[in-house]
Formats: sequence, C-alpha cells, structure tokens
Amino acid sequence: MSDQTELTQSYITALGDAVSEVVVFRDEVTLIVPKARVVEVLTHLRDAQKFEMLSDETCVDYYPREPRFGMIYQLTSLSRGMKVRVKAMLSEYDATLPSVVGVYRNANWLEREIYDLMGIVFEGHPDLRRIMMPLDWQGHPLRKEVPVTVEENAFSFNRERIDAGKPFAQE
Amino acid sequence: MGLEQKLGDMGVVTTSLEKAVGWARSNALWPMLFGLACCAIEMMSTQAPRYDLSRFGMELMRASPRQADLMIVAGRVSRKMAPVLRNLYDQMPDPKWVIAMGDCASCGGVFNNYAVVQGVDEIVPVDVYVAGCPPRPETLIDGIIKLHEKIKSEPLKKWQ
Repeated sequence: MSDQTELTQSYITALGDAVSEVVVFRDEVTLIVPKARVVEVLTHLRDAQKFEMLSDETCVDYYPREPRFGMIYQLTSLSRGMKVRVKAMLSEYDATLPSVVGVYRNANWLEREIYDLMGIVFEGHPDLRRIMMPLDWQGHPLRKEVPVTVEENAFSFNRERIDAGKPFAQE
Repeated sequence: MGLEQKLGDMGVVTTSLEKAVGWARSNALWPMLFGLACCAIEMMSTQAPRYDLSRFGMELMRASPRQADLMIVAGRVSRKMAPVLRNLYDQMPDPKWVIAMGDCASCGGVFNNYAVVQGVDEIVPVDVYVAGCPPRPETLIDGIIKLHEKIKSEPLKKWQ
C-alpha cells in the first residue's frame, strides 16, 4: 500500500529522533520509541495525526531477552480509519515508564491491569492499585517466571500425593 | 387422597426419629441460587420443565443463603471469588450440604492455573462431586439422588 509508505514517512519526518525504528509488517505499522518519549509521541499522534482512540495498551514478556518487556499502545483513528502501534522496550531491572493517562484517559484501568499482571510501574499514574487479582496478592502472575500450573496434573498413580498437599476445608 | 384409600386405614406407622428426620430433610432440600460459569446453564436446565427438579422437592432456588440448605457450586471458582463463596456457605443455616458440580468445582478442571481454586473442597466441605464438563442435567440429578441417600443415612447428632 503506497498510502502506508507515505504515512510511515510522515511519522518519521514529524517525530524525528523520537522514533528509533519503524517496522512495517503486512501493512501494520509499528513505531518503536524510547520509553522516555512515549508520552510525547502519543500526544503528537493524538493531536497532529488524529489518532483519537487508544484501543489497547498491553505488555509482552520476552523473557530470556533483554530488554525484557515490550509495552504496546494500539492507536485507532476513527476519522481517518487507520491504526498504528507504538512500542517501547523496557529493561527487567528498570520496569518503569511514564503513565499516559494524561494523554488518553482510558489508559487508567489498562495501566492498572498491566501493573497487576506484569508488574510494570507507571510513574505519574493517579491510582496505581491492583485491578484483577486480590489486593493482598503476591507477585505478578503473567510474568514468565510464574509457573503455568499450580498443581501437578492428576493421574491414577499420583492421586495420593496431590491429596496430601491439598488444603482441604474443614466445617 | 389416593394413597390412604388404596391402603385402607394406615393407623400408626413406627420408625426411628433419625429416619423420619432424614427422610424429611432429604425431600425438601432448597438449593441456593448461585451459578458461577457454564455449569449454571445446565443447572438452570435441570430446574426447567424438561428435567423438572421439583420432582425432588427442590423447585425453589433460594436467592438468599439464609433460606438455603444446599449449595450447588456450578462452575470454576476464582481465587477472588473464594472468600465470597465461603462467606455464603457460612451464612447458610445448619444442616447444610454442598455439591461440587462439574470438573472445575471438583478439581479445577482445565483451569490448572494461578487464578482458579483447584477444587472447591479447599474452601468448603463437599458432600457430592458431579463429574462432567459441564455435566448433563441427568448427571446432576444423579448427584442429587446420591446426596438424598447420604442425608437419609446421616446420624442426627452430626448437626448438633
């Protein structure tokens, strides 16, 4: 799509060095941005490029790799009928980045969800509490170091072993 | 009505108090209106005219735990729901029974992960486990009949 190429070029010229890389895969444009400049890039895309809506904000754990976490912002432009993805990589040892609640207000709960499940800390978030897990939950369950299963799978030969370790309720 | 005329004058029937109480309890169970997931759909269908749970004296699903004596845990219980479920169980007056309906309530089922309780017997004492994903209404009715048998043979002193 020539449209797409033109647009990609326009992002690069408008944003300058705020975009470190542009990836186009099957007509999907991804702007890779350093984490300190996410707010600036999203503000530009909202105001100048008419991406009015934050469709989704999410995070990916690429565990053995460093930087480990990929923060992803999916933007939609209703007036132009287009989508763009903004991605910022975070180190495991410094998993913080500025909150974008000031740019898109629906990021509030999305960022709480990411904090809850992935443990990314958003600086400047108005109310960074857990949203999915119980408030006294320890750890962040969607991180890859968390085991997938909590209980050994039951077979006929290990039934007793599972029952021995299971906290059965009393009256 | 019909029965006395057929039998003539029944006069006096002797039985033990334990048996009489067990019979009365088992035939007037009131389940709690409490569905957590897809098993609840089968539970509703069990109640509906085709399978007709009122044949077993339990046509009323009580919306309040204080009026119920049977809890049918229909569906997977998330860790966040677990304290709520235990709270509802504690609010039910004695005597009370629990049916774990379906694989998820019995042992976690396919949800062997951090978010789901691995069997509702970790939170409340379960009397009957009903297998199936979800169990058909016949299976649930079979579990209920098993529970009836259990209640009939329970000693009176158990609920003191």
